[in-house]
Amino acid sequence: MSIRVPRGYSWRMEGRMPERVFRTEGLTKVYDTGGVQVHALAGVDLELFAGELAVLLGPSGSGKSTLLNILGGLDHASDGRVWFRDLELTGLGDRGLTRFRRDHVGFVFQFYNLVASLSARENVQLVTDVSRDPMRPEEALEQVGLAHRMDHFPAEMSGGEQQRVAIARAIAKRPEVLLCDEPTGALDSKTGVQVLDVLREVNERLGTSTVVITHNAAIRKMAHRVVYFQDGRIKRVEVNETRLAPAEISW
Amino acid sequence: MDALDRKLLRDFRRLWAQALVIALVLACGVAILLTTFGMYGALEETRATYYERNRFADIFADARRAPASLLPVIRGIDGVRSAEARVVEAAILDIPGRTATATGRIVSLPRGGAPELNLPVLVAGRLPDPEAADEIAVNAPFAAANGFRPGDRLSANLNGRKRALTITGTLLSPEFIYTIGPGALVPDSAGFGILWMPERAVAAAFDMEGAFNNVTLKLDPSATQADVIDRLDVLLEPYGGFGAQGRDLQQSHAFVDAEMQQLRSTAMVLPPIFFAITAFLVNMVIGRIIALERSEIGLLKAIGYFDAEICIHYLLLAVLIAAVGTGLGWAVGTWLSRALAGLYAEFFDFPFLIYRASFAAYAISGLLAVASAALGALHSALKAARMPPAVAMTPPAPPRYRSSLFDRALAAMRVSQPVLMIFRGLLRWPLRSALSALGMALAVAVLVAAGFFTDALDTIVDKAFYQSNRQDAVLSFTEEVPEAALEAVANLPGVLRVEGQLFHVAVLRNGPHEKRVPLEGRYPGADLSRVVDEAGRRVDAPPGGILLARRLARQLDVRPGEMIEVAFLSGRRETQRLRVSGTIRQYFGLGAYMDAGFLNALNRQAPRISAANVTLDSAALPDFHGALKDIPALSGITMMDDVRGSFQETIRKNVTIMTTIYITIAVLITVGVAYNGARIQLSERARELASLRILGFTRGEVSFVLMGESMLLALIAQPFGWMIGAGIAALMTSGFTSDLYAIPLVLEPAAFARASLIVLVAALVSSLIVRRRLDRLDLVAVMKSRE
Repeated sequence: MSIRVPRGYSWRMEGRMPERVFRTEGLTKVYDTGGVQVHALAGVDLELFAGELAVLLGPSGSGKSTLLNILGGLDHASDGRVWFRDLELTGLGDRGLTRFRRDHVGFVFQFYNLVASLSARENVQLVTDVSRDPMRPEEALEQVGLAHRMDHFPAEMSGGEQQRVAIARAIAKRPEVLLCDEPTGALDSKTGVQVLDVLREVNERLGTSTVVITHNAAIRKMAHRVVYFQDGRIKRVEVNETRLAPAEISW
Repeated sequence: MDALDRKLLRDFRRLWAQALVIALVLACGVAILLTTFGMYGALEETRATYYERNRFADIFADARRAPASLLPVIRGIDGVRSAEARVVEAAILDIPGRTATATGRIVSLPRGGAPELNLPVLVAGRLPDPEAADEIAVNAPFAAANGFRPGDRLSANLNGRKRALTITGTLLSPEFIYTIGPGALVPDSAGFGILWMPERAVAAAFDMEGAFNNVTLKLDPSATQADVIDRLDVLLEPYGGFGAQGRDLQQSHAFVDAEMQQLRSTAMVLPPIFFAITAFLVNMVIGRIIALERSEIGLLKAIGYFDAEICIHYLLLAVLIAAVGTGLGWAVGTWLSRALAGLYAEFFDFPFLIYRASFAAYAISGLLAVASAALGALHSALKAARMPPAVAMTPPAPPRYRSSLFDRALAAMRVSQPVLMIFRGLLRWPLRSALSALGMALAVAVLVAAGFFTDALDTIVDKAFYQSNRQDAVLSFTEEVPEAALEAVANLPGVLRVEGQLFHVAVLRNGPHEKRVPLEGRYPGADLSRVVDEAGRRVDAPPGGILLARRLARQLDVRPGEMIEVAFLSGRRETQRLRVSGTIRQYFGLGAYMDAGFLNALNRQAPRISAANVTLDSAALPDFHGALKDIPALSGITMMDDVRGSFQETIRKNVTIMTTIYITIAVLITVGVAYNGARIQLSERARELASLRILGFTRGEVSFVLMGESMLLALIAQPFGWMIGAGIAALMTSGFTSDLYAIPLVLEPAAFARASLIVLVAALVSSLIVRRRLDRLDLVAVMKSRE
C-alpha cells in the first residue's frame, strides 16, 4: 500500500503556520425562486487548512451545503471570491471547474450516489478512469475495508457499505480535499460511526483535508475545528483541544 | 473497458425491450432504404452498362415502307451518329406441344450479321446464317419458357405463308429487357417471343426487298433529340411514318423506368417516416433515462467528468440502439434485396445484373440510422450535459400541473379521478402526446394507403376486364380487312359471337399540346369491347366527333365541345378538325374513340376492320387455335382469359407481399410508439400508481390509468390516420398516373376499419405487456426509492 505524503504542511505540524487550502471572501449565494430571493449564503469569510478535518455544523437550510457545493466547484457564487490555494475558483468557467473537481476534489454525498449498474469496483473505477495519478480501485476499497465486497452491486450492499464505496471512490484519485455532505445522514448510529471512522482514517493516514457538513452536533467532537452555521453566515468557529475517536461518539 | 462504457452496456441491456422495439422500427427504415436505394442503384447501373455496351438506340421510328435509299439521308441528319434500318413484323407462331397460338415479333438482322445498334447478347447457340431462309434466333426467356434449345424448330405464319424455322441461338437485347405482347398487361414469355431473322429472309417473306419499316438512331451527345425527331418525322412522312419516339416511349425502357421511379419514390417517402419515428422514440426514452439518472449525472459531474463526456455517454446509448437497428435492417434489407432481385429476374431480362445493394447503400442507410437516433437523443443529452452539477444533485421539482379551462370542463363533467389523471397526463406533455398520436396515425395511414391500393386494383380489374372487355379473344389483322371478314371469323370453330373493331394511329393536336395515340373506331352497339363510364353505362362514340379518355383530354387541355386537330398516320394520312364529343374516365392507356362508320367515311372507304373480338365455346378451344395457325392475315391473337389471369395473378402476388409488408410496418410503428409510451408512463407514474394501489385501488383500476392514456392516444390517432392515409392515397393516385395507366381513388370504409382495427389491437397488446409489469410492481420498493 502506498500512501502519498500530502502536499503542504500538516495541520498537526505544531509551531508552524498551517497552509490554507480554501479561502473565501464575502461569499454570497442568492437563489431566485419564483420572484422570491433567498440568501443561502450571506457573506461568508472562511479559511480551511491543509490536513485538517473540519466539521460544518448547522440546521438544514443554513447554507452549509451551498457552501460545500461552491467550494467543490459544483456551483457558482453570486458574489464574493473563493480560492483553492492560489487558484481563484470564482474566476473559472464550467470547464475550469470540471478540471478542478477532476484533479483535486473528492465528494461524499448523503445518498451515496453510486451508479446502480456498476459494481463497487467499477464505481471506483469511474473516478480512476479520469484521474491523473489514481490508486488502483482495489486499493481504495481495501482502505475502506471492503476488499471482500468489490464485485457486489450497490443493491447488494448495506447503506454503510455503500457509503464506504462512495468514500473509496472519493479518495481513489488521491484528492487534496474530501468534501462530505451529511455522510451519515441516511445511516443509523452504529453504521454512521463506522463511516466516520473511515473518514478519520483517511484524514490521518493520507493527510487529506476533509470537510464534513452535518446537522448532527455529536459529530463535531471528532473535528479539529468546528464551524457553526446559521442563516447563511458563520456564527462562530471552535477549535477542539481534544478530539474524540468516532467510536466514542454516539447519537 | 472504462467504467462508463460498462455502465453504457449495462444500461443498454436493462433497456433491451424498449431498445429492441425502437431498433425494429429503425430496422424497417434501414431495410427499405437499403433495398429501394440499393436496387435503384443496381438497376440504374446495370441498365446504363447494358445500354452502353450494346449500343441501345436513342430514337425509334416505324413507317409503312421506306426505301433503303432513305437511310443515308437519315444518317445525314445533324446530330445522328448512326442509324440502322430494319424490317419489323408480326407473326402467329405454332409451337410444338402448345395448343394455344403464340405471337411473335420478327426483327430483321442486317446482312452483315450482328446489328450495329441494339446489339443482342448471344446466350446460347449462334446467330442465324445471313444467307439462310429458315433460321432464327429467339429471345432467351421465350426459349426457356417453351423449352427450346438451339436446333429446335417451330413454325410461323409469315405474311400468310406457313414456314418451318430452325432456332440457331437464344439472345437477350437491350431493346427487350421488359417484353410484353400486344394486348397483354404483364409479360408472358411462353406466349410472346422475339424472333431475329436475317434481313434477306424477312424481306423475301414480307415483300420488303430494298425497303425498311423500322429505323433506330443513336445520337451524338450534343444532339437535341426533339430536333432529330422532327427531322426524322418529316423524312418518313411520305413513307407512312408513324412518328418517331425517344427512349422515354420505348416500351421496355419505359417499364424499367417506371419500376425505378417507384423504387425511388419509395426510398424518398417511407424511410424518412421510420427515421423520424425513431428519433422521436429515442428522444422519449433517453429523455426519461436522463430524468431517472439525474443524480448519477450530478455525480459524474462532481467527480470531474466533462460535459462533452456525459453528452457522448447518452448519445452512445442511442448509437447502440441504432447499431442494433442497422444490423437488423441490413440483414432484412439484404434478404429483401435478394427477394426483389428474384422478382426482377422474373420480369426483366438482363444478361447480367448486380443483384445486390451497393456498399454505398449500406453505408448511407447505416449513417442515416445512426444520425436519426443520435438526433433523437441530442436534445436530452445536451440537457444532461448542460445541467449545472449542483442542480443535478437535487431531486427534480414536481411536474407543474395547472388548472385550465379544460380541467374545469372535466370537473363539470364529473369524471372520476383516474379519468382526470389520464387527461392531465396527456396535457402535461402536449408535444409528446401529439407526436405519439401522430406516430400511430402514420401507422393507420400506411394501412389505409395499402388498403386503398388493393381496392383500387380491384376496381380497375372489374372495370377493364369485366365491364369494358368482355370478349374471350381478340384477333388482330396484319392490314385492315373489309368488314366481310367477320363472317369468316364467325365460321371458325368454337366462335359464338364476333364483333369488329377498327384501329388507326393519329396525332391529336390542340395548340402547343400534341399526343400520338391509337384511335379506336367503334361500331355502334358493340357489346364485347365497350367504353364504359363511371356509372358502368356503355358509351358510344357519336358520329361526327371524337371521344377522349379524361387523362388524354387533360394532357391536350381540351374540354368537350372544343375542336382538336386529328392528324392520321394511317389510312389516307389526312388531317381533320374534329369536335370533342365527350370525355370518359379510363384506367388503361390513353384512349381516343370515334364512330367506325364516321371514321370510314372520313377515310372515304367501305367499312373495314383491323381486329375482331370473339366469344368462344371453351370446349372448342383446341380446334379454334388449330384453325388460327393457318389463317394468313392474322398478326396477333390475344386470349383475354390469359390476360386477365396473368394480370390478376401478378396483382394478387404483389398485393399479398405488399399487404404483409405494410401490416408489419404499421404494427412495428404502433408497438414502437405504444410500448415505449406506456413504459415511460409507468416509469414516471410508478409512485403515483403504487400510491393508488396502497389507497385500495385494484390492479384493474390502476392499469386503467396506465392503459387509458395509451389507448386514448391510439383512438385520437385514428381520424388523423384516416385523413393522412386518404391524402397519401390521393398522392399515389396522381403519382402513379402515367400514359400506361391510371389508378382510381377508391376509398372503401372497410379499408379504414381494417387499418384502425390492426393499429388498435397492436396498441392494446403493447400496453397489456406493460400492464404485466405494473402488476408485478413492488409497492414498497417503489414508495421507498428516491425519484
